[in-house]
Amino acid sequence: MAHFDENARPFSHKWLNERLAIDTLKRVLSTEYWIPKNINFLWAMGMVLAATFGLLLISGIFLLMYYQPNTQLAFDSVNYTIMSEVGYGWLWRHIHGVGASVVFLIIYIHMFTGIYYGSYKKGRELIWLSGMLLFVLFSAEAFSGYMLPWGQMSYWAGMVITNLFSGGSLHANGLVEWIRGDYVPGQAFLNRFFMLHVLLVPLAIIGVIVLHFGTLRIPHVNNQDGEEIDFEEAAELYKAGKVKESKVIPFNPVFLSKDVFVMGVYFILFFYLVFYHFEFAMDPVNFDPADPLKTPTHIYPEWYFLWSYEVLRPFPTDPGLVAFGFAQVIFFLLPFLDRSPNVAPASRRGAFKFWFWALLIDMIVLTFMGKLPPEGIWSTIGLIAALTFIGLWIALPIITAKEKKL
Amino acid sequence: MKELKILGIVTVFTLILYWGVEPFAHSQMHKHVEGDDFKYADLPALKVKGNAQNGQALAAACVGCHSIKTQGMAAPMDAVTSAQTYGVNPPDLSNIGALLDEKFLAHFLLDPAKVTKSKHFAMPPSAGSEQDAADIVAYFKSIAPKDVSPKEAYVTACGRCHANRYDHWTQIGDVPKTKSNIKTGVDLDALEFKKKVGIYQNKLADYMGKLPPDLSIIIRARSEKFLETFIEDPQSQLPGTAMPRVGLTKEGYEKVKAYLEKTGDPSKPLREETGPKVLLFFVIFTFLAFLWKKSMWKGHH
Repeated sequence: MAHFDENARPFSHKWLNERLAIDTLKRVLSTEYWIPKNINFLWAMGMVLAATFGLLLISGIFLLMYYQPNTQLAFDSVNYTIMSEVGYGWLWRHIHGVGASVVFLIIYIHMFTGIYYGSYKKGRELIWLSGMLLFVLFSAEAFSGYMLPWGQMSYWAGMVITNLFSGGSLHANGLVEWIRGDYVPGQAFLNRFFMLHVLLVPLAIIGVIVLHFGTLRIPHVNNQDGEEIDFEEAAELYKAGKVKESKVIPFNPVFLSKDVFVMGVYFILFFYLVFYHFEFAMDPVNFDPADPLKTPTHIYPEWYFLWSYEVLRPFPTDPGLVAFGFAQVIFFLLPFLDRSPNVAPASRRGAFKFWFWALLIDMIVLTFMGKLPPEGIWSTIGLIAALTFIGLWIALPIITAKEKKL
Repeated sequence: MKELKILGIVTVFTLILYWGVEPFAHSQMHKHVEGDDFKYADLPALKVKGNAQNGQALAAACVGCHSIKTQGMAAPMDAVTSAQTYGVNPPDLSNIGALLDEKFLAHFLLDPAKVTKSKHFAMPPSAGSEQDAADIVAYFKSIAPKDVSPKEAYVTACGRCHANRYDHWTQIGDVPKTKSNIKTGVDLDALEFKKKVGIYQNKLADYMGKLPPDLSIIIRARSEKFLETFIEDPQSQLPGTAMPRVGLTKEGYEKVKAYLEKTGDPSKPLREETGPKVLLFFVIFTFLAFLWKKSMWKGHH
């Protein structure tokens, strides 16, 4: 049994310390949580993501107070009640819409930073895996949220994506109906996606964010040169006042001060988009109410799903579904497909350097083609880009196994 | 320096991505239609000058179907009966002189179906000669009010086919304020009105092939360029559509657009007012954060 000082005033520092170990917590999680000094602003993307998630959560709570998950009322509760009757409702909605789009931009930057600097290797595998899990959860969150305004794109995207579960020539229509709760998207469908969007998925996201932070604590974050730092030694040096010689800085307040500065720059961009350039995040087609009798001319997902959509689309149904499944899981396997012992920026890793830029450019090409109508030259380019994507991942273990140790 | 280089790379890739999925993709997905700025260049210029006095006499025939309320001439039938007779309620003609193009209107009177590009247009040719047509147009111009509000423009040009529920507009007029029975909650007047709208809409759908869409939020569902070229000539964007060319002038179109913006994007004024303040806040926030960062990292390098 621990010792409790009976004379300690309730909620005094000592009282709390005996019960919660606040000093230890503060030390372990903030003032003596060591971050390498050799980093750039890309290392702030984690905090930028956390802040964006916060914005989505807060704006979402306000929207939730007025949204009606009913196929007859949903469209107008979003486009009329929230947009013109609720004070600043339009602001919350634009923050939510822009946030949902921008969060994926930052996720992709965050992911490609990790790939570029090799931050998924040698003890950091779980950071990568939990991060990828977050990517999947954010995708589910984005998709379920996209159903809620019950516009044309909500309805038809819901139709197309749930159709994928029929498994091509498996014709598992029973599974599709089970997921929809109906033969076509309807009230049951809207209700369950509403539940997923406002409860189950956000709960899972919050849990996995905690896990993601947890996986980071012991291996520590990587640095710009992939250098292996003796954190204990560097920390001693720092605590002894030799801040210049030490290779590390405490998370709080030194790293945090830079994070907050980067966040400030990011917020300027973010709110510029919210006030002056929100259209990119709110597809015009979704401002037509859902109409089961009228298929839109072009059905396409939001930009952040386009690359994986384009891995599906150029192939016949069954191979397409296999390729799509491949695209969904392959990023998880990155720490195990990269056979090189080197933790270093891609620029120093020989063939991997070309692999990195090829993957990035290929995914951008896939993204472009995913939105364009699949006709003529566009579908040919799409097919080549999809095959390149698969080829790049097959080549990865081979080229990294041949990589020389630095 | 290195950080700026990295920022540059991230920015370039982000902008390329944006260009590809937004401007480029949309330019490929939607066909490009060149408008003619509401000049109706396909219609020849009028060779004669109209005389408003002669026009007034000729326009007496119009009130067989239409009303001219500002001149004290009521419609012969109410909206629902009109729809039952013609498929759609003919418009009130009080302000058409202010909203519609002169040349368009004259040619319209000579051959409505051809000029509207709507095959089954209900109105028959209504002027015997170009001179008669010009006279009637001159008359409507002479009685046109100086100022037409955005809503009046919408009602005349669009409102008999297109509802606007965010402004409580139905094809047969504004939704009236009614009271429900306090004991039962039943609002018979509202139900009565709903029934009238329903009858009208069924007739309209028969006439047009489908119920023309509610335009409450069309301003956000279509691009500005699309709306402009579509209203100018519906066939240019949607070949085969039942929607007639209505012959608005540029100013008339601007009024209709102003109304659609008011109902579909009402937050615009407040957005423009709030935006700079929020951005200023974050500029100051970032500046202070920069100073904090500088003081924290002092002596670290």
